[in-house]
Amino acid sequence: MVAKTESEVSVFIDGVLNYFGTAVQQVAECGTPYLALNRSPEISDYTGMIRISGKRDGIVFFTAPKSMLCVMLMRMQETDMSHDNLCDLVGEIANTLSGNARRDFGHQFNISVPSVVHGRNSAVEYPANTRPIVIPIEWRKYHARLVVCLN
Amino acid sequence: MTQAAQHRLMVVDDSNVIRRRIERVQDLPGLEFVGAARNGREALEMHERLRPTIVTMDLTMPEMDGGECVAQLVERDPKILILVISALADKLTAIEAIEKGASGFLCKPFTDRQLNNALRKLIE
Repeated sequence: MVAKTESEVSVFIDGVLNYFGTAVQQVAECGTPYLALNRSPEISDYTGMIRISGKRDGIVFFTAPKSMLCVMLMRMQETDMSHDNLCDLVGEIANTLSGNARRDFGHQFNISVPSVVHGRNSAVEYPANTRPIVIPIEWRKYHARLVVCLN
Repeated sequence: MTQAAQHRLMVVDDSNVIRRRIERVQDLPGLEFVGAARNGREALEMHERLRPTIVTMDLTMPEMDGGECVAQLVERDPKILILVISALADKLTAIEAIEKGASGFLCKPFTDRQLNNALRKLIE
């Protein structure tokens, strides 16, 4: 099961790194993944999330500070750093995670349309009896997180 | 339409960031951006007015999804060229889009060059 979880997590890591390399055209680096000490890892300003059900149940989300997303938009030559566009950006990243999961996991998983939450105090519902795996994503001087929580 | 423009481009995507990006980076000679829609229903309304010859189409959108919109646009105008641009990267999704009448498929995320190459292939 550990090996399976590793391969599943890799799909999501590859998806996020590919987004930076392709859409932002500047590579990001993945830090060392770790299990969250408490069941609710800290989330950042903007979070794009997908829910998974079927063979496994859980959530996967990418959470990033506003400053990082603004610079990402700038890299994409976007001049409008409005709240809506920042939501759009994390939503697109979650959309990519959803697409990759559907491609690589096929019909074993049902994958939701991405949702976006705003604010560091937003509540995230984790599946019961799980500990989230947190993958630090480093880009320039910024720190984001990919969180995978599947039971 | 400008005198040199031979193709009119409409962008359909629920993401404002993606709509603006496609508008900004498409730079093929003879291709003119004419408008953008946020979902399939809006695209059908705008098609009446803008008469695009090329459409980039997201698949997962509210109100009317891209697959349904592709089918309706092709029914209205069999010559229309539709490039589906989606994060749904599996082969089945691409095949379904082509069967509904799309002319090409590009996976999100994409680079500026990949977008222009995909549009160029459609025109050629």
